[in-house]
This record gives sequence, structure tokens and C-alpha cells, in this order.
Amino acid sequence: DVKDVITHIKGAQESRSCIRFRCSLTNTILDVLRQRPSWVEAKEDGEWDFYWCDVAWLRENFDHTYMDEHVRICHFRNHYELTRKNLMVKNLKRYRKLLEREAGRMEAAKFDFYPSTFELPFEYHLFVEEFKRNPGSTWIMKPVARSQGKGIFLFRKLKDIMDWKKDGNRFEDQKDEIQVESYVAQRYIENPYLIGGRKFDLRVYVLVTSYTPLKAWLYRDGFARFSNTRFSLSSIDDNYVHLTNVAIQKTAPDYDPEKGCKWQMQQLRRYLIAKHGADIVEILFRDMDAIFVRSLQSVQKVIINDKHCFELYGYDILLDEQLKPWLIEVNASPSLTASSLEDYDLKCRLLEDTLHVVDMEGRLSGKEKQVGGFDLMWNDGPVYTDDSDYRTNTHLGCMNDRNKQLKQLFKCSPGQKKL
Amino acid sequence: MDEGTELSSTIAQIVHKLSGSQLHFQMERQAKECLNHPSVQLETLKEDVKQYLRKSGWEKKLQNAVYQELNMIHTSGNPIAPPEHIKEPLTYMRKAQASWEKRILKSLNSMCTELSIPLSRKRPINEQKELLTKWNEMGTDEPDLSHFRPVYAPKDFLEVLINLRNPNFDNSDQPSATSHWGLIQVPLRVKDLSELREFFSELSLGYGQLGIEESSQVPQDIFENEHARIGRKVLADQDSAAAEQYIRQGSPTELRAELWGLILNVTSDPEDIMYYEQLTTSVIQHDLLVDNLFYKDVKLTASNDDYYFVFEDFLYQVLLCFSRDTTVLEHFKYNSATPPKSYIRGNLGIEEFAVVYPPNGVIPFHGFSMYVAPLCFLYNEPPRLYSVFREMYMRYFFRLHSISSSSSGIVSLCLQFETLLQTHLPQLFYHLHEISAQPLRIAFKWMVRVFSGYLATDQLLLLWDRILGYNSLEIIAVLAAAVFAFRAENLMEVTSLAAAEAVLADLSTLKVIPLLQIFLFATVT
Repeated sequence: DVKDVITHIKGAQESRSCIRFRCSLTNTILDVLRQRPSWVEAKEDGEWDFYWCDVAWLRENFDHTYMDEHVRICHFRNHYELTRKNLMVKNLKRYRKLLEREAGRMEAAKFDFYPSTFELPFEYHLFVEEFKRNPGSTWIMKPVARSQGKGIFLFRKLKDIMDWKKDGNRFEDQKDEIQVESYVAQRYIENPYLIGGRKFDLRVYVLVTSYTPLKAWLYRDGFARFSNTRFSLSSIDDNYVHLTNVAIQKTAPDYDPEKGCKWQMQQLRRYLIAKHGADIVEILFRDMDAIFVRSLQSVQKVIINDKHCFELYGYDILLDEQLKPWLIEVNASPSLTASSLEDYDLKCRLLEDTLHVVDMEGRLSGKEKQVGGFDLMWNDGPVYTDDSDYRTNTHLGCMNDRNKQLKQLFKCSPGQKKL
Repeated sequence: MDEGTELSSTIAQIVHKLSGSQLHFQMERQAKECLNHPSVQLETLKEDVKQYLRKSGWEKKLQNAVYQELNMIHTSGNPIAPPEHIKEPLTYMRKAQASWEKRILKSLNSMCTELSIPLSRKRPINEQKELLTKWNEMGTDEPDLSHFRPVYAPKDFLEVLINLRNPNFDNSDQPSATSHWGLIQVPLRVKDLSELREFFSELSLGYGQLGIEESSQVPQDIFENEHARIGRKVLADQDSAAAEQYIRQGSPTELRAELWGLILNVTSDPEDIMYYEQLTTSVIQHDLLVDNLFYKDVKLTASNDDYYFVFEDFLYQVLLCFSRDTTVLEHFKYNSATPPKSYIRGNLGIEEFAVVYPPNGVIPFHGFSMYVAPLCFLYNEPPRLYSVFREMYMRYFFRLHSISSSSSGIVSLCLQFETLLQTHLPQLFYHLHEISAQPLRIAFKWMVRVFSGYLATDQLLLLWDRILGYNSLEIIAVLAAAVFAFRAENLMEVTSLAAAEAVLADLSTLKVIPLLQIFLFATVT
């Protein structure tokens, strides 16, 4: 019947001219997706072209979900190789050994950007050796699988972690657990860089669109999260066990108790330049670039590459007094809930630009080095800025000229790709 | 009075000011020490000593000190002018300032009586010890400040300025297009746009600037590299006059702390550090009522600010010392204000028992701590931070809350703002005037705080660069007018003061230098 044919063609055309998305979250990302022109929310059980999923869904469904070539999803199947604390360290250590064999000590030595970490109870004895080599040192215990800062505590004496001894007993507070929960013990950085007497860490966003070959983008915006209390090691003696607010202030990533506890990355960069001069700060930011790239390289062979996948990582970096950056953690699902209007704007920009890079609309040529606030950091090799062949193409904490840049970019874009 | 007399009286003034200063003693000591140097011969002693001092950089330091003094002299240097005249030449302004001071002091005294807290008391030993341990984190203290109110807020001060009248000036003409529509009704001379263009000539489009993204004249990054190179040279030469000229085009971020130090001639000698230590000791030993006012102010303003909350502790360390620093009393010689006097208990009115209160003579008001906050971005050693703040206060900030005829005084700035607006944006001004949304009511708080807390930090620092470079606060009046010009379209749509406030509530995205350039050089006259 002609009518049926026409309806069918119309239906097919509709689905080709707009992008159907699904989204597990109800925060900023949903707003951004809804506001994107020609993107519509997929029907309840209908087909979708794009899914901003949560890791739980991924774990359960990825392996038996068929996806057309054009479909995109926001996680890699085994991202946890990078984002679970114990696996990240394992991969970093392994890669370091490999590098030592292949490129020598010097190259491997550059992998000292993460604090000494041991998985417990698995590596308990190795840990004790290191512990004894550094008398008086402070260590931080973090549960491997939990997030939001739960279960983190500091310790200085072995007796506080007796439960994680290799042949350890049942952990008292968790009678439900069949065995002791896997933790990592990490060397606590006792001389963090302070501003106004307060400790802070940095949240940086890295977007990976492919692991083989490795293609990674660095966002210009980010922020420094300040602790509410003045930093002091002495408070650890009094109440070190099970206390997260004094010790590390890294409470839930979603939980931002006070407006104003954050500085934009640009503000931080300017502050550091005013204090230490541009050269030293340039070195610092180069060192951070190295952290991002090397951490991704260390899991490159392990992560199952899939052209459908991309991932936006939230890197947590801590600076010490010598302005050396340390990698604390990588998050596969960085919080997208906004703590303030400024934060909301930042996350909107970030997510809009992420979608620009993923480019479901087919507007990019593939040769771009900047898309909105993202700078191409690594493309199967280092990426340099246009005007020099030694300055890498990253601008963390620099001015985000995305409005102008996007206008220019899409002004001369090829036509819409047919889906 | 001819130029010759004026010059020699200026010289005499400066010599008088500098003799007995720290620099004088240092140079004397240096001169004595250099007698051992082989280049100094007895026969040509005077010349050799001079030559030695010249070579070892002391001439430069003396030059900077003289330049600093010259910057501070604003009057005609008439040798027979009485001291009040140097403070403020216009009698009616002096009278207005005196009565305003009476009000403030009354308010302070009554708060003191109400709360039964002495203006000053010596701390018991255990309290002193406690404060000493908490010195670097006074912000963690949460004293009960609910009963304290700021002594006054900028808007109270604005009301006083609005009612300021020159008794010799008869303005009985009917209001017309030529009369002044604004709130300030005193006939002070302010620069018009063409004079401002000349005064701020280095801001014109022909000069490179820091604070703009692109220039049609010179590629911005080439300018920035060259400018930074010149900046380093200026710092190496330690020439404060050159630095002042240089900074008119803005300061590179990494050189700013040193440049400001050079221009303000702030030293970091052991004597300065020791003096600061003495101030901290006096904070520890004595508790002043105004301390609570500072606490409250910091908690209400800086601690709530996205950028400055981090520096809370520094603010206490600076402000509490500031209020005990009697060297600040020096600035009352050229400030129309007079330090408030209080009397030791039971001796009211007896001059021998009169003390200046607080010791530095400055009573804080709501928002005062915002003068210090941006400086924390540049200096993190308290002694230096303190010295720079004190110098900034004694050169500029005091003019923003005393009634005077100075061209950098708040009265002139308000008048300048209103005049610029009325002359170049008459339609806007008239509209706002008709809906009872006088522009000054919105712009006043920006100017009193030198835009601190309203602009983004980097923009604020670029603005303050120009204040130092031109040794004048007039730029903030121009900026205030430029902001109104920038948002004129939206402002024409509003129908109430509240709506106008809303349009101008958020200045954090403004780029100061382009705004100033457009207003100064692109406005059609």
C-alpha cells in the first residue's frame, strides 16, 4: 500500500535526520543532550544512536548489545583497568617494567608520578617492606571498588591495618563481607602545595576517543578543589582512623558542601605564575601532560578498543611543595552534577564539546587540533602546536576561546553525514 | 608664587621628609663604610663618596624615594599653607568630614557601651598563648559576632556625599538639560573626555596593552614578549619612575608582584620584617574592639568570595596588624580625615589621656577587607603583603572614604562618573533618572571598593596596574561609566532600580581594558 510505504520512508528519514540518545543520568548531561539541535530522546525500548550510560549498565549489557557502526557509547568495556585503583597501579607498574627493558632506566624513571601503592591483602608483605623502609611515614588506605571517598582513612602504625594481613581475620564492621575488602595502601603526600594554608587537588578532564591508535584530548577548563580546613599533619595523631574530613577532604565527588571551595583552573594557573614565574609553571603543566599520556599508554594494550566507545575521564592530581604533580586517581564517571552556577556552566561547556568531538553529526574533518575547549593532546604520537614543533598542543588553565573557535570550525564544515 | 619658589619649597619638604628616614640612616652608614674603599681619597672626599654611592645603587634608591614623595605631594606646596589646608583646602569639605567622623565615632562608642566591651583591653596570658598558636589559622575561630554590626556601610557614606553642598555656590536655577542630573551637587572640577584621553594616552589603540586579546596594531604575542623583556629590564634597573611609566600598559603576571613593590617603593629589609613582628606582638597582647569588626567583615565578604576565601587567614594577619600601626597616622597630614580620639577610662575630655583609636586612626567599614584580598594573590609572605597593602592604603584607598576635593577623592570620582555618563550617554542617564534608578547608587559600591570583589581577579589586577601607573584613581570612574555604556541596551529596558541592579549585578565576565579603550577612544564627542 502506497500510504504504508510513504509512512515507512518518512519514519526512516526522520530517524536519519536526528540522533536518538539515551541517558542514564538526570543531571547536566541530560540538559546538554536535550538542548543539542537534532538530538531527540530515544523511545523507552526503541533504538538509539548514542547512549550516555552508567558503568553498571555497561557491565551487564555491553557484551550482548549489537551496535551499528555509527552508534556511540560513553565507556570502554574494561575501563576499570585505568580507573580502579589497584588495577591502575598494576598496569602502571607493569608498563614501567616493560619500558625499563625496552628503553632503559631513564625512561622508566619518569613513571614516578604516582605515590607508592600496594594492593592489600594481596601485596601485604611487599607493603610492609616499603613501610619499614620509611619510618614515620603516613599512608592512606582506600577501598578499591568504592567511590565517593567512603572508607578512606590514614594510618601510621601497622596495627591499624591488621585486618588486611595476608592471612587476615574477618573485618569487624563488615560482617556481611565474606572476605576482607580489597584496599590499596598508598603513600600519603605529606608536603602538599598549600594556598592560604589549605590543601587542594586538581580535577582535569581527558577525553579518549580511541585506544588503538591512542587519541586523547585535554580540556582547557578544570578546577582546584580546596579543603575546608587548614592542612596539618598533627591532626592525624589524634584521630586518624576512619576520618575523611580532616585527612583528605576528598569526600564524595558528587558532594560539594560549599560554594566557593573551588578555583577555576585559569585562576590557579595565574596564581602560580604570579608566585613562581611562567617557566616553572610551564614545566609543571608539561609534567601533567606526561601523566595523562603515560597513564593512558600504560593501559593501551589492555583496554579493549572499540570504535563505538569514547570516554571522558576525570583525573585527580595533587601538587606537592616542589610543584611536582602526583596522580591520585582516574575517574571513568566524573561527577556531572553541578555545585554552583559557575560549575554548571563549566560542565555544560565540557559536555557540549565532548559531543562535538564525538561528532555524531559528521561535521569534523578529523584533522582538527582543537574542538571547542578540547585540545588534541595525543594522536598516535605527540601533537604539537602550529607555530612550533616542540611545544605540545595542550592549554590546560589557559583561556578557553571555544565560542570563537567553534564558530570558525563549523562555518566551514562539510555537509551533514548521512546516518 | 613663581616656579622657583615652588620648586625650592618642594625640595625642602622632601628633604625634611627623608632626613631621619630609614634610607637616610642606611646611606649614612654606607657612606661611612665606603671611607675604607680605595677609590675614596681624602682630597676629593665629597665627590668620591658621591661616586661610590652612585655606583653601588644607592643613588637609584634615593631617586626612588624622592619619586615616591613627589607622588604624594598633591598641593601647591605653598610654604605658608596651614596644615588643615594641606589636608583639605575647601572649608566646607573639612566641615562635612568632621561631622561625618563624629557620627562614626558616636556609632562606635555606642556599640561599645551597648555590648559592654572595652575599646581595648590587654589579653590574659593564656589567651595570648592560644592566639599565638592559632596565628596562622585565625579563620578557624568562630567567635560570636552576631552583636557586632559594621560601623557603617558604603551606602551610608553615599547619603552624606549626596547632601554635600558648597555654601558659596548658589544653584537656584531650575533643573534643565544643562544642570547636573546626578546625585552629587558640588561644583568640583573634573576632567572631561578629551582631557581624559590625553591623561590616559597610553591606553589608546596606538599602544600595545596587556589585557586585550588582539590588537590591530601589533600582533599581541609579539607585543607581550617584548613588553615582558622591557619589564625585566626595568626591574633589573630598580627604577621606580620607569616602572610607573611601564605599568601603564599593564604588567605581565609573573612580574607584577615585584613591579608593584618597586613602584610603591616597598622594601623588605630586616627592619621592615621586624616592625611587622612587633605589630603581631601587639595584636597578641592587646585585643581591640575593631578586631571584631574586621573578623565580621572578613567573614561576610572575603570568605564568601569564590576567589578570595582561600586567603582568609592572611586577611586577619594583615588587618589586625594594620589597626595597630601608628605609622599609618602619617597619612592624616594629607587626608582630610582626622583620626578619632578616645579617652582613657574616666578621663573624658582631658587631653593628656587622649589616645587615637584605633591606633592607626582608621575605622573599618563594611567591605574594607576587600582592599587587601586581591593583594594576597601576589604576596604570600605576611610582612611584604602587609607593607604593600599599607602603602596602597596610604596612597590611594584612604581617598575612597573621606570627603575631600582631591581629584582622586571619592567625591570627584562620583562627580566624574556622573558627568561622563550625562555627557556621553544622556538618553540612558535620563531614562535611569526618570525611573529613580540613579546610576551612582549602583556604581558607588564598585568605586569605594576599587572594583574588588566585582571584577574577575586578573581583570582587577590589570585595573590596579593602571591606578599605580597613572598615580590616580580616576580610572575607576571611567571604568564605571564604561560598564554602564557597555550594558546600555539592557539598561534602557529596565523600569526599576532593582532591575537595573540586576543587569549590573555580575561584572565577572567583563574585560576591563577593551571596555576602557572603547569608552575613552571610540566615544563620539
